[in-house]
Amino acid sequence: MAVNKVFPSFAAAVADIPDGATIMMDGFGGEGGMASHLILALRDHGAKNLTIIGNTVGTSGFGTKVGRDFVHPGILVKNGQVKKAIASFPVSRSPSNPTEFERAYIAREVELEMVPQGTLAERIRAGGAGIGGFFTPTGVGTVVEKGKEKRTIGGKEHILEIALFADYALIRACKADKLGNLAYRGTSRCFNAIMATAARITIAEVDEIVEPGELDPGKIITPAIYVKRIVQRPKEG
Amino acid sequence: MKARLDRETIAMRVAREFKDGDFVNLGIGIPTLASNYIPEGRTVIFHTENGALGFGPIAVEEKDQDIDLINAGGQFVTPLPGMSFFDSAISFAMIRGGHVDITVLGAMQVSEKGDLANWMFPERGIGNIGGAMDLAVGAKKVIVAMEHNDKNGKYKIAKRCTYPLTAKECVNLIVTDLAVMEVTPKGLLLKEIAPGWTPQEVQTCTEPRLILSPELKEIEL
Repeated sequence: MAVNKVFPSFAAAVADIPDGATIMMDGFGGEGGMASHLILALRDHGAKNLTIIGNTVGTSGFGTKVGRDFVHPGILVKNGQVKKAIASFPVSRSPSNPTEFERAYIAREVELEMVPQGTLAERIRAGGAGIGGFFTPTGVGTVVEKGKEKRTIGGKEHILEIALFADYALIRACKADKLGNLAYRGTSRCFNAIMATAARITIAEVDEIVEPGELDPGKIITPAIYVKRIVQRPKEG
Repeated sequence: MKARLDRETIAMRVAREFKDGDFVNLGIGIPTLASNYIPEGRTVIFHTENGALGFGPIAVEEKDQDIDLINAGGQFVTPLPGMSFFDSAISFAMIRGGHVDITVLGAMQVSEKGDLANWMFPERGIGNIGGAMDLAVGAKKVIVAMEHNDKNGKYKIAKRCTYPLTAKECVNLIVTDLAVMEVTPKGLLLKEIAPGWTPQEVQTCTEPRLILSPELKEIEL
């Protein structure tokens, strides 16, 4: 039988996510690159005690047109499904418009591991690449270095950062073929392309699904080896 | 009260630091405005943490706004010939790897040694590190663009930062609404000053002792 990773619905694609799972998601935090339908399906599915790994933990009004809203990880926080976030940009810039996560964090309902964005990206990359960790100069002399092993390399202080690997990654791409090869649009590649490599089960929400051979092999950014499930987004109406 | 420079003028002064062919990353706020003032005849290639190089100005018209073409501040930008996209790991490899020539960042405090504090909202007990720590550590030149004093008139240029640090001894140049100062091993060198202000007046707005440059001049408007 030919390989076909296409799932019939977003609900079916997230149905086996258990309580306590660690899940990567969020793209860069804006509407583009956000796996909004998968996140909505996960909210309806209801898995609890989740650890979510992402750049933001949901920021309304970011990277979207004025007056428009979109589904982001904030709905999981609001629904009480999140135990902990590993993130770089968890709060909004404006105190008058706090994120769901900020509200929950101040109420001590959620834990936060704050990570510099480049360290977050590299920890994810390392996780997908089978590297246990790496030494980086980012965070030296700041709260980030607390409790971490230090080493001087080339006369410069570095700290040890440990790789991240998740149970699931919910990612967003523009095109997939049925084998699971993915292509992205513009700045929506961001965290999606690295998260795709760093989870036991990567689920991609895509705008269009095509037959194998229809994607230019040179333009495939995430090869099929990383992707387990694909779901097509409904056409924007 | 004497007039201070406005945000646009701070941004204009910052942009004079860009050399032809520089790869530049701009932070949120005043730094972003610097993209409007690139000196004539120079080409500057902008980098953004979310994975693009060589994009154009902010997309003002709704018809030009594309959710797959944003900068790290979430603003819509426009395409330019020669633009490229890449993932977040590569984006930060460029930053940490010293490939970005200049980053311009906002700040809450800068110390006389060039320590930078710009990520925590102290009154909220939480903040966003975002790309600031990597940029402060990795860019070849770190410029801070900010108001010289905070809303309550307190020092932002301090002997020692009291807010949580972004990185130690990373800032090279500070451009404010009052002055341009270079961070040197001996301390802060006052190089340029806002029109109508005296060095003594700028000193009273600054906690650490300023060293007067022998070539001290007015900021050209």
